[in-house]
Amino acid sequence: MARPVKILLAGEGGQGVQAVAEIIAEAAYEKGREALYIPNFGIEQRGGVSLAFVQVGDEPIGPPRFETADLAIALSDRAVVRSRPYVGPETTFIYDSSIGTNHLPQGVARLVAVPAIEVSKKELHPRVFNVMILGAVIGLTGVITVEEAKEAIERRLGHRFEKDPALRELNHRAVERGVELVKGKL
Amino acid sequence: MQIQPAMPRSWRPETKPHKFCPGCGHGIVLKALGEAIDELEIQDRVVFGCDIGCSLLSWDFFNVDTVQTHHGRTTPVMVGMKRANPELIVVAYMGDGGGYAIGTQHLVNAATRNDRITVILVNNTQYGMTGGQMAPTTLPGQKTETTPFGRDPELTGYPIQGPEMVASITRDGAYVARGTVARPRQLKEFIKRALQNQMAGRGFSFVEALSTCPTNWRTNAEDTWKFIEKEMTRYFKVGEVKVPPELARGKGEREDG
Amino acid sequence: MPTKPKPVEGEKKVFMTGNEVVAWAAAAAGAECMYGYPITPQNEIMHYWTRLAPKFGLIFLQTEDELSAGFTMLGGVLAGRKSFTATAGPGNTLMQEPLSMAEMMRLPAVVVIQQRGGPSTGQVVYSQQEVTLTSLGGNGEGLRVVYSTSSHQDLYDYTIKAFNTAWRYRFPTFLLGDGYQGKMREPVVMYDPEVRGVELVPAEPYVGRPGTPGVDRPPAHLRNAYSIEEELYEAVMELVREYEKVAPEIVEHEAFGVDGARVVAVAHGVVFRAVKGVVRELRQQGVPVGYFRPITLRPFPADALRRVAATGVRLLVVESAYGQLARLVKEALSGLPAEVHGLYKPGVLVGQGEIATRIKTLVQGG
Ligand SMILES: Cc1ncc(C[n+]2csc(CCOP(=O)(O)OP(=O)(O)O)c2C)c(N)n1
Ligand code: SF4
Ligand SMILES: [Mg+2]
Repeated sequence: MARPVKILLAGEGGQGVQAVAEIIAEAAYEKGREALYIPNFGIEQRGGVSLAFVQVGDEPIGPPRFETADLAIALSDRAVVRSRPYVGPETTFIYDSSIGTNHLPQGVARLVAVPAIEVSKKELHPRVFNVMILGAVIGLTGVITVEEAKEAIERRLGHRFEKDPALRELNHRAVERGVELVKGKL
Repeated sequence: MQIQPAMPRSWRPETKPHKFCPGCGHGIVLKALGEAIDELEIQDRVVFGCDIGCSLLSWDFFNVDTVQTHHGRTTPVMVGMKRANPELIVVAYMGDGGGYAIGTQHLVNAATRNDRITVILVNNTQYGMTGGQMAPTTLPGQKTETTPFGRDPELTGYPIQGPEMVASITRDGAYVARGTVARPRQLKEFIKRALQNQMAGRGFSFVEALSTCPTNWRTNAEDTWKFIEKEMTRYFKVGEVKVPPELARGKGEREDG
Repeated sequence: MPTKPKPVEGEKKVFMTGNEVVAWAAAAAGAECMYGYPITPQNEIMHYWTRLAPKFGLIFLQTEDELSAGFTMLGGVLAGRKSFTATAGPGNTLMQEPLSMAEMMRLPAVVVIQQRGGPSTGQVVYSQQEVTLTSLGGNGEGLRVVYSTSSHQDLYDYTIKAFNTAWRYRFPTFLLGDGYQGKMREPVVMYDPEVRGVELVPAEPYVGRPGTPGVDRPPAHLRNAYSIEEELYEAVMELVREYEKVAPEIVEHEAFGVDGARVVAVAHGVVFRAVKGVVRELRQQGVPVGYFRPITLRPFPADALRRVAATGVRLLVVESAYGQLARLVKEALSGLPAEVHGLYKPGVLVGQGEIATRIKTLVQGG
């Protein structure tokens, strides 16, 4: 049975990982693939670490939460800790370069640091930090294309782009820059 | 207590004589309700909901569609019914245990929401059906099975002022009154107005009826009437507590929804 | 009277949360009233319902608690409207009181349960620990129908079916989902039941029918309290006879690979999704394993399971509870010399790796 690609996103509340997860799942669904997305929503959801489980494949997806991610992305120190139960020898583990290395998981397939926070601050705008992460996921998994991601962003934020076309431009650059950040990292 | 020969039209003769104890006030309250239904000519639109308590004995009392519910839950059943079909005129009939203890949250919230239902609550100062335990309405010093030495307000509080509470949490459209089986004519008027208020779609309508329970009070006829007229009225003031201005104006006239 | 617009026209594929699916499906099934009290993880059913309400003329009331949600729902049913509520965990505990009245009075109540962890407040996310409560709760005989869903398509199909079952047979009907199903997003095809040839069983009022009671027609006198033991006994036995008569028409299950299997995994709900994947993969590798999924937990597909067990397979019950499904399984198999093993993880999803390992051990006779 063809296995779906399993992606775990983990970040602080406000870092926008749920929006990224939703965009990926929805864009994959729109192009006719099977997709399933579930946020964690325990009592700790308020103010704590936010986890998103995304699966994309070509056959109906199995259980909504998986044991081991193919790709795990953690955007804070606490997020690294919360992601660890879901990583294994096959996992590519991405973390932001600003995070200390103390809690990083051992024995994963790859450990990759990306300077997403820094780049978004210096080159773009902190508010499109999560869109860069979206780009990174696309670059690493190819579950959707950059074009499909842009369409999905348009569906969500099109009404705001109407008023502020520069915002659209900013988002597009963020996706592309995210893809670039992980180029050659696999 | 006098048994009047004439039965309200809306009573169901096949189920009479009714099942209450001799001297019980429930029958008088239900007579007042039957007469009010007759006078308003609404037998075909009324749905009668009875609680668990001695009120459950009235499940086949009327030639009116009737639903027996659970202890304390008659209010929400009738709320759900009324909202699903506002054409119906719904009556929730319950005891003081049902309305003021186990079902308080329903009474309070239905009143707050101004649900267009009519609640008739029989206050006999204790739990009749289960054999005479203390109710929120039990008088200070009154002996019940669970206050064998008399209710001590220090430990269990004073009798609940139901209509006064309902009046204070409802807005202008509500009708609130306290009647007594000792004055059946007045009680009928109160019930009638509570039904008219619902029919006019004005708001929550509530009548508490002071009632007798000689069985659990262990009183003879004379003491029964002394208790309801002298003792109970020391704590429970009989009369209308809240009357919507429109209803006050239309006093005595026939109103229709 | 202008006809109301249909909530779902034709057929369309969408990507949404399970709670949203339930709200749409209830509307498509002709439900008109929802009464509810907030509790995670079912809240969004109410949220979506209230957003659909103005457009489709739907009724909603947020009640003071689940007792009231359940009893107002019964009021809606008595008035002749398809009515439902949704709850979970501690709310399900309270819901058993009104549902017991529905069971006694044959009221077609529909209740959606999105299970969360227990006992007590537990957690608000996920479990399969409300199987016993939902199937057998109340102070009665558990004369109710419980559909356990495992996908958004199930949520849509079985919400519609729940209203039909309830109004056709007049037994309270539950849709047993869980927090994962409520909160996750996956594709689902929504359809107008008519387009699929699914006939909607019409609702009928219990009270307030035309005519004056006692004059033009007998009054409806509906009760749930009886004076003497024998009287209630007769009433209950009538309910039981009726339930047992219709049960074969209601009961549903799904099975795969049970012929020639040495091990058959039994699971329901989202755990079944995990089991299904594992079993199909192992089968491809030639491992003699199958699965059995009860879709109705009440009535339980006992005959079908007994046929499977009679072949001498070992059964492995997998569930996110400590043996609640297994209890139903063991009762169904009573008298058969079947081996029933358990993989119990109360309140957490059972991992596919774990399931595969356990199945392989059992196949090898371990
Ligand atoms: C949930 C529940 N708790 C307790 C009971 C037992 N019970 C039946 S009637 C009753 C009290 C009735 O008293 P009241 O409401 O004052 O009515 P009365 O009989 O005095 O008219 C109780 C406690 C019940 N039926 N259901
Ligand atoms: S016990 Fe009291 S309230 Fe009940 S029927 Fe007898 S007299 Fe009436
Ligand atoms: Mg009483």
